[in-house]
Amino acid sequence: MSARERILERLRAAPSLPEVLPDVAGWFAAHRRNEDLAQRVARLRSGLEGYHAEVHDTTDADWPDLLLRIAATKHLRNLLIGTDTLHGATLEARALDTPQLVPYDRSIESWRDRLFDAIDASLTLARSAIADTGSLILWPDAREPRLMSLVPPVHFVLLDAATIHADFHSAMVAENWQAGLPTNALLISGPSKTADIQQTLAYGAHGPRELIVLLRHGPGDMA
Amino acid sequence: MSQMAMPDPASAFRQRSRSAVDDSAQRQNFRSAMDYLQAKRRTQFPDEQELVGLRDLGEAIRRYSLANLPRLLEQLEQNLTANGIRVHWAENAEEANAIALAIARRVEARRIVKGKSMVSEEIGFNHAMQAAGIEALESDMGEYIVQLAGETPSHIIMPAIHKTKQAIAALFVEKIPGVEYTEDVDALIQIGRRVLRRKFAEADIGLSGVNFAVAETGTLCLVENEGNGRMCTTVPRVHIAVTGIEKVVEKLEHVPPLFSLLTRSATGQAVTTYLNLISHPRQPGEKDGPEEVHLILIDNGRSQAYADAQLRTTLQCIRCGACMNHCPVYARIGGHAYGTTYPGPIGAIVSPHMLGLAATYPLAFASTLCHACVEVCPVRIPITDLLIRLRNEAQAQPGTVNASLRGSGAARTALVSAIWNAWALIYSRLGLYCLTSWFMSRGRALSPIEQGAWTRSRTPLTPAPRRLRDLLKDRRP
Ligand code: SF4
Repeated sequence: MSARERILERLRAAPSLPEVLPDVAGWFAAHRRNEDLAQRVARLRSGLEGYHAEVHDTTDADWPDLLLRIAATKHLRNLLIGTDTLHGATLEARALDTPQLVPYDRSIESWRDRLFDAIDASLTLARSAIADTGSLILWPDAREPRLMSLVPPVHFVLLDAATIHADFHSAMVAENWQAGLPTNALLISGPSKTADIQQTLAYGAHGPRELIVLLRHGPGDMA
Repeated sequence: MSQMAMPDPASAFRQRSRSAVDDSAQRQNFRSAMDYLQAKRRTQFPDEQELVGLRDLGEAIRRYSLANLPRLLEQLEQNLTANGIRVHWAENAEEANAIALAIARRVEARRIVKGKSMVSEEIGFNHAMQAAGIEALESDMGEYIVQLAGETPSHIIMPAIHKTKQAIAALFVEKIPGVEYTEDVDALIQIGRRVLRRKFAEADIGLSGVNFAVAETGTLCLVENEGNGRMCTTVPRVHIAVTGIEKVVEKLEHVPPLFSLLTRSATGQAVTTYLNLISHPRQPGEKDGPEEVHLILIDNGRSQAYADAQLRTTLQCIRCGACMNHCPVYARIGGHAYGTTYPGPIGAIVSPHMLGLAATYPLAFASTLCHACVEVCPVRIPITDLLIRLRNEAQAQPGTVNASLRGSGAARTALVSAIWNAWALIYSRLGLYCLTSWFMSRGRALSPIEQGAWTRSRTPLTPAPRRLRDLLKDRRP
């Protein structure tokens, strides 16, 4: 008999103690605040800022210039962008010599050292966000790979204000996550951090030291 | 090593506790760390009603998951396999390490970089790999520090909680070439970051634990702040996840409440920096992520706890560490005195299943039964009931119905057996009982002054001058 069969056999031989399926949706429905978009935006912002992220309000027309201005003040030499994305193309049309735009257009194996040592910053799009905990939701893919939001020391995230959900549960229900998840799905709340040395908080543990959120408001939802 | 040659676990534990409480600097470290974590947790639960409801929900989810454990494990395996993640099963530590080693040999791995995983500590993963000539490097800052010092974690969430920044600064100077002494925590973290970044890029395999495994979608959930877990599960070409069989939940919607309870109870954070959900290896066209993802499901004594309705509640645990953060015993003796991978109240209730009661029973007695752990446990494990149960098991007469665990009766000495046998004899024969009690009350002056642990802080016990039956006789009209 294999380990698998032996383990399962022991578990099946144990007394059966039935339990009812918990009503998770009911609990969240009862505890959800009745908020409009502006209130969700405000809560997301205060959560993110509480975790040391920068949040900038912007619009579809203005975000590229805002990003380039911030990049200049931080003396970023280059900026990693995805491939075949609308926002990437928009930025490319606007960009100057610095920061140099570097597309993530080949597999990690062929440029690992450069990604780890020579890239200053990156830009990715957030899929949505969670007001309750101040979290961004990212679903990295072939166009915007997983390491973009992890390896560069500065991470810019473009987020559409209209996509902000009240809480984690409503986000996964509204976006029908249980139908199937991508290779990797992420919740990101601030830059990477640690308190492992004498409970003293330090940012930039292994991931980004700075998380900069460009909060893109649609016409009419600017608070 | 034969059973006879083993040091008596009770005196070994007492010795470790003694030297721990004698180390006043370390006691100060633990005290301030516990105060800090308790205060942080309190700020996360301002609304008592919400806390009560959320704990009810968390407990219900864990109980439901355990009630359906065999079915959910099969569903998890099926969906992970369909997603391209390979599932392995291990009865114990040796089997789990052998599986990991076989993968490492096949892909000709020389370096493994590790995210934080208590299960990997539980199975002695690093030693097993080193013995096979493969480097296994910890990358969580706390774990890295502890490994560099040649120590083991003293806390399941904050592994280096016993170390001061001065000790860490000195350690870095000694062990990392070219490092200058600094007590600046930011600078120390940046030193660790620099060293480990190279290691992530060079590693062949990334090892991680799992916080929740979702059966319906075939997803592994990892909770962390540092980003090293994401590095380990994204950069190397192979990712191996190790986890206990109890970590499975049925539905994705079971994750949000448990995730919230975990981060708020553990470190007093509303959320951690990252929640990393992994459902597939690298897909065609994707430019990073491991080509192979493996999950090793480990029993290692968990099915023994599962077999008993009361002890099964042990498996509800989500490893938040709140019970140790609030334990007056843990705060004084620290994590290492327990001598097990998992210290504190959770360590006392889970270790007997992994290591046997013979080696671990003293931990069940290292509690005042003050209920602090029960009050904070986010999934409402009746920890003190389990401690009492384990105490009884440790003293049970082998071969009786009360002895159901590996190592039951280990604490029962010949003297204790003799006393209980005599007790049973006296109490089952009226004449003998009357005679014995008559002699006891007459001979009370002969009671020993030294009565073991009892008289260490109490006055000696002596029989009453007159028996209850005599007093009652006087009251009859
Ligand atoms: S027993 Fe409860 S409090 Fe202790 S680690 Fe487990 S879940 Fe947390």
